[in-house]
Amino acid sequence: MSDQKRFRPEERVSQGLKFEEPLIFERSRPGKCGFVLGKADWDVEPVDEVAALGDLYREEAAELPEVTEPEVVRHFTRLSQWNYSIDTGLYPLGSCTMKYNPKVNEAMARLPGFARLHPYAPDEWCQGALELLYELERLLCAVSGLPACSLQPAAGAQGELTGLMCIRAYHEARGDSERTKIIVPDSAHGTNPASAAFNGFSVVELPSGPDGTVSPEAVAAAMDETVAGLMITNPNTMGIFEKEIQEICQIVHDGGGKVYMDGANMNAILGKARPGDFGIDVMHFNVHKTFSTPHGGGGPGGGPICVGADLEPFLPVPRIEKVEGKESPRYSRVYDQHPQTLGKVKAFFGNFLVYVRAYTYLREYGSDLPKVSERAVLNANYVRARLGETYHVAYPGRCMHEVVFDDSSYKGLGVSTLDVAKRLIDYGFHPPTTYFPLNVEGALMVEPTETESLQEVKDFIAAMEAIHEEAEANPEFLHEAPKSAFRVRLDETRAARKPVLTYRQFRDS
Amino acid sequence: MRYIPHTDEEIAEMLAAIGVETIDDLFESIPESLRVAAREMSLPDPMGEIALTRHLEELAGRNRVAGGRIDSMLGAGCYDHIVPQALNQLLLRAEFLTSYTPYQPEISQGTTKAIFEFQSMVAELLDMPVANASMYDGAHAVAEAALMSQRTTRRDQVWVAETLHPEYREVVKTYLGWQDGDRYREFPCDAGTGRIDLETLTSRIEDPRKVACVVFQTPNFLGVFEDPRELVAWAQEHKIRVVAAFTEPHAFALSQPPGSFGVDICAGEGIGLGMGLSFGGPALGIFAAREKQLRAMPGRLAGRTVDATGREGYVLTLSTREQHIRREKATSNICTNQGLMALGAAIYLSLMGKEGLRELGRLNMSRAAYAARRFEEELGCAPVYDAPFFNEFVVELPRPAREVIDACLEEDILAGFDLGSVRPEWSRQMLVAATEMNTRAGIDRVIGTVKRVLG
Repeated sequence: MSDQKRFRPEERVSQGLKFEEPLIFERSRPGKCGFVLGKADWDVEPVDEVAALGDLYREEAAELPEVTEPEVVRHFTRLSQWNYSIDTGLYPLGSCTMKYNPKVNEAMARLPGFARLHPYAPDEWCQGALELLYELERLLCAVSGLPACSLQPAAGAQGELTGLMCIRAYHEARGDSERTKIIVPDSAHGTNPASAAFNGFSVVELPSGPDGTVSPEAVAAAMDETVAGLMITNPNTMGIFEKEIQEICQIVHDGGGKVYMDGANMNAILGKARPGDFGIDVMHFNVHKTFSTPHGGGGPGGGPICVGADLEPFLPVPRIEKVEGKESPRYSRVYDQHPQTLGKVKAFFGNFLVYVRAYTYLREYGSDLPKVSERAVLNANYVRARLGETYHVAYPGRCMHEVVFDDSSYKGLGVSTLDVAKRLIDYGFHPPTTYFPLNVEGALMVEPTETESLQEVKDFIAAMEAIHEEAEANPEFLHEAPKSAFRVRLDETRAARKPVLTYRQFRDS
Repeated sequence: MRYIPHTDEEIAEMLAAIGVETIDDLFESIPESLRVAAREMSLPDPMGEIALTRHLEELAGRNRVAGGRIDSMLGAGCYDHIVPQALNQLLLRAEFLTSYTPYQPEISQGTTKAIFEFQSMVAELLDMPVANASMYDGAHAVAEAALMSQRTTRRDQVWVAETLHPEYREVVKTYLGWQDGDRYREFPCDAGTGRIDLETLTSRIEDPRKVACVVFQTPNFLGVFEDPRELVAWAQEHKIRVVAAFTEPHAFALSQPPGSFGVDICAGEGIGLGMGLSFGGPALGIFAAREKQLRAMPGRLAGRTVDATGREGYVLTLSTREQHIRREKATSNICTNQGLMALGAAIYLSLMGKEGLRELGRLNMSRAAYAARRFEEELGCAPVYDAPFFNEFVVELPRPAREVIDACLEEDILAGFDLGSVRPEWSRQMLVAATEMNTRAGIDRVIGTVKRVLG
């Protein structure tokens, strides 16, 4: 039971000031503009674009809104106030690692030497950027325990795709072209099977145990000479460390396959265990999760991959290389000394300014990095221990950085996981991840992260307990939650049945 | 550590509640040998904000960027455009910056509505019916367009103009890499105009019934506007999809956008819409298509709907296309996209507006026209291709472009892009861009330096 008094939602969250705000198109009035070019800009003779373009000239300007700068600022400020964010409060989305995003990272990403740098600036003109990328690769290799890294993938899913391309290329280079399958546990993120399919592999789904773990026996049964590799998430999506990971990797290796690790849950094991030591051949980091480059409401992310020595020749180009010089080292982008490269998955060199943030974060923590995982795991286990008195933990034993509850404590009351999640909004919390992983009935997956104080975590627990009491007293009430949100239970069926995806479609409908 | 808020007393309280003695006990599910090995992880000393800032400023200071003494006319798919302060500061609003993908629409209406506005503005600019919430970058958007064309036509071959940005061609090739056979094909442009030529293309295609799509870029990598009308008519006859790629969306402020020619998919780069050069990333992949193919599109879509009380609202929709629902049958594996960049582009296009974007386009075109004229007057180098261009053009130099560009670096000038790095026979050709950021005086300085270098 909670050691503090129960609170009602309105005691914690005020309705506050939230403005209704039309679409920016609806603020538009002919003749307004939020941008000015002056005499100093018009230092050349205006071109006659009608003559220059001939029948390619665009007669009708694009129907963009016509608004001034204060109106643009007010519009988007009001919109922003409809969002929950990590700066607003605890954001316990399991598998998403919504931790605090240090402000210094934003300032560093805006230094003109980074922000205004052209991607085709010659090597001599971007030594600082190349050194940063090179050193970030070294840091990621240290954390992963793997020798080589590519920063090119733009997000975790592209990291998966690129890693699987390395695996494919590895087998093909050895003349082993019959390996057409990838084993993926049923508890995996949806990107895993999708990335396999977008690499031309067929997916063999592996049933996981009740705690979401993969058994060596199941892997051995699925492993044969048509299997290119296994994709595994460790800790898995139930927040459990795969104890038998070394044996699993050995089985896959013995069968001629490679092991890919989804690094979405790396926040649990920084400095505590290195994937390279388990026997992982290739993995990705989600730097927008683990290394706190902000998630930006859906991106940009960064999905660098680290690989073992036998997959290194296949990494995307350019590779960043360091050559020691007389006075200082020199860094360069190397394209043509890697004949086995899989090519490029993205133009230029990855989400560079995201990596400036990740590098800043890693250099700030430095050798204190293991503390991140220690406190993340501490917070999660505290939630498990305390909330486990009211809600049903989906599996026994301790967890890593996140804990999964099932719906067995409230399903019988006629309350769903969706109801609990939506009611949390009234208490001022973002809901946990819901209905994932798929192998848990009505899953509620909670990841508090290390940057939440004990008081915040207690408030979250108290809110969850209060909701359980509400479920017992009046389940009907919860179906209508949230009560205080800016919008309530949006009609997703209607959105999908007759899609309205642009202002023009709305206006003409 | 300033981001981790537990006191020793609190840690003791938490451990007691959990029923363990030390934090280490929480990690005992990790085999001992792995934990021991991990202690060898070697990381540098932690840093405080003062030293950290100094270090990053030192790194940034070793990069050379346009401004001050330095003039650059380098474009080649990444153009130096204004980053309005209003945009920069709005992107720092933590409610946008530090929120997750809007899976809980009740408390994410800011993001979902802004995505809807982004989709709307992209559709207007390109004259396409629908656009998605973003892809990783232009190259990735084009690769996804090729894959989508294969899916919707059930055909294999992807024909790509050699005037598509070289890195985009590389990425498309990589994304098709696992497929059997020779499905990725390239076709050359007309040597005189630098444009695609329908006869050249059709003479190379053995069987149009095997072609999923034809991909071209406009303005193309040589800076030249394409006129795809004949291509589209021919492709429609053969039920081949046409994909229009782009690296410079500002061009469509003044020129007919690809959508108006009837192309099936527009896929390109939006980093120039307020995000700054950023050493190429994070970028903004833009993807627009026809309504008929809506359900085959990759990526997220925001749609308008109503809530339980009848008020307007916005949600991510048609997600049965996506990996978290469809897994290996999804239309793409993309999950995290470039959301903040899409928001930035929406802010940018709002600030520019209908007339501002047009005037900005006019200035780009005027500055480039001025630069082209000066190259001809001062150096006798007229634009190589005889076709309209926007803010970039090709000049032929009397010496290898690589040499000239390298010599100019000594004088703080980045004169352009060496086309010899793309094709050896173009080694004397230099791609030169001028935007609103290149003053007349700066352009004169660049041309003066090139002239001096050429002696």
